Order: sequence, then C-alpha cells, then structure tokens
Amino acid sequence: MKLNQLSVFLENKPGRLSKPCHALSSAGINILTLSLADTHQFGILRLIVRDWKRAKEVLESAGCIVNSTEVVAIEVADRPGGLAAVLEVIEQAKVNLEYMYAFTFRSRDKAVLVFRFEDPDAAIRLLQDNGVNVLKDVELFDRIGQ
Amino acid sequence: MTTQFPFENRIYDKAETMSPARRRGLQLKRLRDVVDRVAEVPFYKEAFARAGITPESIRSLDDLRRLPFTTKDDLRRHYPLGFLAVPRDKIARLHGSSGTTGKPTFVAYTAEDLSTWADLCARFLVAGGLRSEHMVHIAFGYGLFTGGFGLHYGVERVGAAVVPVASGNTPRQVMLIRDLRPDALVCTPSYALNIAEAVRTEGIGPGELSLKFAHLGGEPWTEDMRIQIEREMGLLAFNNYGLSEVIGPGVSGECAARCGMHIQEDHFLVECLDPDTLEPVAMGQRGELVFTTLTRQAMPVIRYRTRDIAALDEAPCPCGRTAVRMSRVVGRSDDMLIIRGVNVFPSQIEEALLRVEGTAPHYLIEVDRPGTMDEVTVRVEIRAGDFSDKMSRLQELHDRIDREIQSITGIRANVELVEPQTLERSMGKAKRVIDHRREKGLF
Repeated sequence: MKLNQLSVFLENKPGRLSKPCHALSSAGINILTLSLADTHQFGILRLIVRDWKRAKEVLESAGCIVNSTEVVAIEVADRPGGLAAVLEVIEQAKVNLEYMYAFTFRSRDKAVLVFRFEDPDAAIRLLQDNGVNVLKDVELFDRIGQ
Repeated sequence: MTTQFPFENRIYDKAETMSPARRRGLQLKRLRDVVDRVAEVPFYKEAFARAGITPESIRSLDDLRRLPFTTKDDLRRHYPLGFLAVPRDKIARLHGSSGTTGKPTFVAYTAEDLSTWADLCARFLVAGGLRSEHMVHIAFGYGLFTGGFGLHYGVERVGAAVVPVASGNTPRQVMLIRDLRPDALVCTPSYALNIAEAVRTEGIGPGELSLKFAHLGGEPWTEDMRIQIEREMGLLAFNNYGLSEVIGPGVSGECAARCGMHIQEDHFLVECLDPDTLEPVAMGQRGELVFTTLTRQAMPVIRYRTRDIAALDEAPCPCGRTAVRMSRVVGRSDDMLIIRGVNVFPSQIEEALLRVEGTAPHYLIEVDRPGTMDEVTVRVEIRAGDFSDKMSRLQELHDRIDREIQSITGIRANVELVEPQTLERSMGKAKRVIDHRREKGLF
C-alpha cells in the first residue's frame, strides 16, 4: 500500500537542482512526480520514480544525499471539495500529516496525491475504513502508463 | 629638528622617558623579583627546577632566554586559577578571555595590579591627547573582557569623565555622542567604523561631532581604516595594544608621533622571536611577540607567547619616550581569528559541531567584512545518515549548530549546510579557514 519516496538534499545555490535531475535522466529514469521544499539556507527535492532502489543508487553515485521514506498515494475526486473530504477524515482522527503533493496525471475524474504521514500504516487503515481509495504502487504505475 | 605634533606632547609618567641603561637596571631587578614571586606557582616551580632557575641565577637580562615559555594551553591546563601567585584573598578582580574549549582563561588582579593597570592605560591615553577636562565615551564591552574596565579606570586615572556606554545598540551610541558631546571615543576599530557609518546615515557631518580623539584597540586594523575613521568622524585615531593574559589594554600604545606603539618596558619585557625556531629576529623584522610581566602580583606570566606577529623599532621617537615601539599586529602564528573583537579559534567551531549529532567534522569557516562589521559563515557538511525528508528536522539541525556555535564562541555565525565531500580537502586535511579580510588588506 505504501510507495517509496526519495528525498535529495539540495544546497541553496543556483544549479543545484540540475545535478540529481541530470543523473536520473542519464540513467533513463523518469520522474513520475516531484515536490521541492526550500528555505533560504537549503532545500529538499522529493520525488517518486518506478524503481526507487535503482534511482537511489544512481543519485548516491552522483554524490547526492538521498533518503527514502514511505508515503501513501491517495485517490481523490477531482472536483471542489474532493481533497477537503479526505483531509477532514485525517484531521478528525488527529493523524499527523507532514506534507503532501500531487501527481500531474488525471485518470477519469480522479486526481492522485502523495501524502507523507508520521505513521503511514495507521493512516492507511483509517483512510480505507473511511472509504478512501489508497493506491498500490503497481496500480499507480499502471495508471501512469509508459 | 622639532616635530610638529597635532596637540601638546604631554607625558603622563616620567618613567616613560627613563634612560635605556637605567631602565635595564630596573628590569633586571624586577625580573629577579618576578622569578621569585612565581617560584611557588606549580607550573613554574616544575619548569624552574628542570632548568635550574633561581632568582639568584638571573644575572643579566640575557638570562631571560633560559626561562621557560608560557602558552595559552599552559594557562588552560591550569584552569581556572592555577597560575595564581598570591593567596586567593588578595584577588581584587578577575577578567578572562575566550578559550578554545568554551571556558575562559582567567586572569587575576590584586588591588595593586588594578592600580598599575589604570596607570598604564592613563599613559597611552595621555600620549594620545586625553586631558582631565575631557569626557570619554566608552563603547567597549564591559565584563570579563578587559577592554571596558581597563579603559574605564585608565580614563578615571587621568581625571577625565567616563560615559560607560558599553558596546551595542549603535543608534543609541550616536545619540549619546551627539547629546553628551564627548571629546574621545574608546572602542574597537571596526566598531568605530560602524559608529561612523551610523553617524553618516543620520546625516551628521564630520565637522558637527564633538569627538577629537579615538583610542582604538582589541583587534588588528590597518592605516586605511584609520584614515577612514578619522575622515568620517573628524578626529585623530590612536592604536593601543594589550592582551588579558599579560594585563589587558595598556601593554603598548601610540603617542602623538604615531610611528608605532610604545611598549611599557618598565612593566613588560618584550621579545620578538621567530615562531618556528624561537630565536630572536633582527630588530625591525617581524616575529612573534613574547612578554614577561615584571610587576604583576596576582598572576605574573613568564615569556608569554602572544602568537601576535609584529615588528619592533628602537629608533628614538620625537615624543621623548624611550621605550621600544611595536608595529601594528600584522598576523598570528596560530589560527586564532578575531571577529568583532572576540577571539575565536577554529577548534571552538569544531567543538560546537561535535556537540551536534548529525554533522560531520568537515567544516569551513569564512570570515569577511562586507561593510563595517565582520561576518562569519560556517559551512558544514551533513552526513547521509542524518538527512531526513522533513524540512523541520533539517531546520532543527541547522538551528542547533547555530546555537552551539554561539554558546561556545559568543559570536553569531551564518550556518550553511552543504553536501558531503564538497569542502576542499588537501593532503587529507581540510582547509578550515578562509579569511577574506586578509585578501582585502583589512589587516
């Protein structure tokens, strides 16, 4: 039920983002989605790829600091209030959500979001109990296609 | 030939004009006395026994070279008061300077030491134009640092009025200088520049300030800085030198001729040595200054290695003072940095990093002075195992480094986290410090 997300440390300097992106492209690895968080001192690039183990090796051999974290892909209705409904479930259960970002693709009338919970297993149980569709990696990658 | 001085050349103490031959006699007597006074200080007791030193064995000033050196490390190993040469109840005051371990090196003074110290500060203040009718604005830090209190009592000894403002809050400094109309300013040269800049920002012209003199010390500076300070504030700036281990400010200072700082040789024996061979350099050559205190009671030091690099000049001075003069301090024989007047050792930064889990011992300290104030950037490599996807964890790591550096060194640094292996390593040993102030010729 969980996906492995890779996080890459970035110094806050011009051109720092291109190093990991270039390393992945040279290895023929496609970034399915990414999010960038930064302060004026440093940044963190978070990304989802199909083969996270290989991508981690590629990035590390390029000299990047990489961390892998389990995240959860959740399907929400792509209309006003679609995300709000899911967030309400999370809030009411007082489950700690660290951050989230979206996949760029749409399938039918659904959008897919990446959620980083402090306790992903507890969050998955909660979401499924409340009828939220949590996607498996295979299922997700199938939808994205090639 | 008569020299034109910018103001009356007045001498505070006639000991300053003593003939060199008579002074050498006084120095020899005082050297024997101090060897006797420190004979029971454990460090010297042991070192003297090893070298067969007794007060009677000091027959000429050349015998100074048989005496052991004292280093900052020696003082640190005897923390806090292992070098005390008088009973503890004779201590009248303690000062201290920053050390590499976060603990200060303490320096003790008896009441007599404090009086000597005030006299020594009075000597250079009078040499630099201070008179009893003047008012002095002191913007040095007060506290364990010797600058504030040393100059404070020196000014009082001259009979002038003190405004003990202490450092910081520059707009308030400007307000007080404008409102109280002091005659002299006492602070570090870089803080004087900072005040000058604030004065300019307020739209006050150099001619509108009451200040006639600035007595600056506590850090190395240059002629260019002097010219800038003088031009911007319309005053005469004088350099003075000292270090707490020896007594504090008052070891030497400039006279109206401004051709070097007269060392108060009746109180301190000076040597200028090659820091590698520890042999004397030729007169006029640069070397490390080494001082022996001749009159201090509470905590005399024998051949204290200052690590300050300067040159000596014994040519006669037009002011009539007979003491040898030292040049500006042009460098250090160790890696100590002086940042906004505070002594900082790279090993202190290392210690701060060791306290923070999650940082590699790879760091680079960059010092610069973009405007008038020193700025320090510490770049720290982070380790793969400590990196997390959470921004808050990384920010926490950053802030902890920031706090530890401040708590150990007392200065605020810009902390930058960098990728591993990005800091230059040469011969397996990392280059720790880049001082852009040196490239810019700021000292």
